[in-house]
Amino acid sequence: MTRDLFNSELQQLQDDVLVLGSMTEKAIMDAMESLRDGDPTWSRRIIEDDKKVNAKRFEIEDRTTFVIASQQPMATDLRSLASILYIITDLERMADHAEGIARINLLLGDEPLPRRLGYLPAMADRAVAMLRNSLKAFIDHDVDMARQICDADDEVDRLQDSVYEDCIAAMIADPATIQRNTHLIWCAHNLERIADRCTNICERVIYTVTGHMQEINISKY
Amino acid sequence: MTNSIDLRPADTRQVPAETTLRATLASERPANVIAEPTGDIALSVEDLNLWYGSKQALTNVSMKIPVKQVTALIGPSGCGKSTLLRSINRMNDLIPNVTTKGRIRYHGVDLYGPGIDPVEVRRRIGMVFQKPNPFPKSIYDNVVFGAKVNGYKGNFQQLAEESLKRAALWDEVKDNLKKSGLALSGGQQQRLCIARAIANQPDVILMDEPCSALDPIATLKIEDLMRELVKDYTIVIVTHNMQQAARVSDYTAFMLTDEKTTGQLIEYGPTQELFTTPRDKRTEDYISGRFG
Repeated sequence: MTRDLFNSELQQLQDDVLVLGSMTEKAIMDAMESLRDGDPTWSRRIIEDDKKVNAKRFEIEDRTTFVIASQQPMATDLRSLASILYIITDLERMADHAEGIARINLLLGDEPLPRRLGYLPAMADRAVAMLRNSLKAFIDHDVDMARQICDADDEVDRLQDSVYEDCIAAMIADPATIQRNTHLIWCAHNLERIADRCTNICERVIYTVTGHMQEINISKY
Repeated sequence: MTNSIDLRPADTRQVPAETTLRATLASERPANVIAEPTGDIALSVEDLNLWYGSKQALTNVSMKIPVKQVTALIGPSGCGKSTLLRSINRMNDLIPNVTTKGRIRYHGVDLYGPGIDPVEVRRRIGMVFQKPNPFPKSIYDNVVFGAKVNGYKGNFQQLAEESLKRAALWDEVKDNLKKSGLALSGGQQQRLCIARAIANQPDVILMDEPCSALDPIATLKIEDLMRELVKDYTIVIVTHNMQQAARVSDYTAFMLTDEKTTGQLIEYGPTQELFTTPRDKRTEDYISGRFG
């Protein structure tokens, strides 16, 4: 008995986690572009598209629950499915943070272009790289990679510090920019949360492979 | 604790001739993962080997079964789990040409040692079988049957009521104890058999796939009953249903027969660990349904 049906169901769920990951990644990148270009139409589309991300998450959750009920998996199989339930929640929340950035773009309204975003694009690049790598580690069951990704979270935290310092300095220099810079600090916060949720995925990778749960990198935020 | 229990009959039992069949050498054994349960030990299986004629069915099985816990034996057909279970109360003695080597100690006493009465062993270590097998007698007679045979001196009515209550059957049969045991449903019959085992005032109850002939509701009732009974008894259960083992047992043993060795214990440990993070790949493959 090789459990072909179960293996194929598990494979399809993992493929769908990657699809959800791609939707989330696109939402983050689009949100940053809309922020840079100040495009309200694009932001509204990101906000609208978040409903599709939510729907995809619920669809995967439904199917995972049914596979658990019908196949009664054990050991690594059970841990993989339990991890999928956590990972899709993290991915959906990451997309919510991207939606948050899109909403901030709408709040910034007619702020002059081009916008100076400082360290925010660098933060976004690292967060997206962490997202991609954490899903790769999940698919490959790569514990070493999962641990390395968590180290990258420290760099995102440092970049957030830099954004904060820049924005505070700018507010002091020109109090008229206080609202704008506060919004940018919120963008940095959203990106930091995205990176932090990638470390959650890495913790699930380690749990799936080893059966042990451990918090591997505690964010300073 | 050693030798605190006297299982000798009035007459001295014939000691079986030493077998010449060779057990697998320790150096030939795979590195199995056998945990040592904490707390008091009811049964200690030590290097147990068993042959049906010249065919070996158990190979160097060693494990300790803790007191007042449910221990599940799982594994594919032919892995030796039922043989091991039947060895514990010497049911294999009833099969011709069975040879046993090694020891099973019950609270320190070697059950296969000289002078041990298998009938007394079976009174203390009761058994419930796969198919409910009540006698063609009334419910009451079924329950007190063993006690009568064993010369029980107490109040039979009280014993029957107490045993049926413990087996969670009393409320369903109390108004008609004269009804035939065979007139009960399958699940009720199995609980009657459990009541019959309990009435002998055993210390250990062995269950050989006790739910395999029952519907899901009756199965869940027996499982609930096991968790209730384990407060007072040591239970060892053989089951093909891994979810059942995961639900009801505290410790689980995984047994396997492969090309080289028949009836070996591969992994033994706390149930939660064995089903979530098994240490041996063969255990993982079996519980994940990838063979067997």
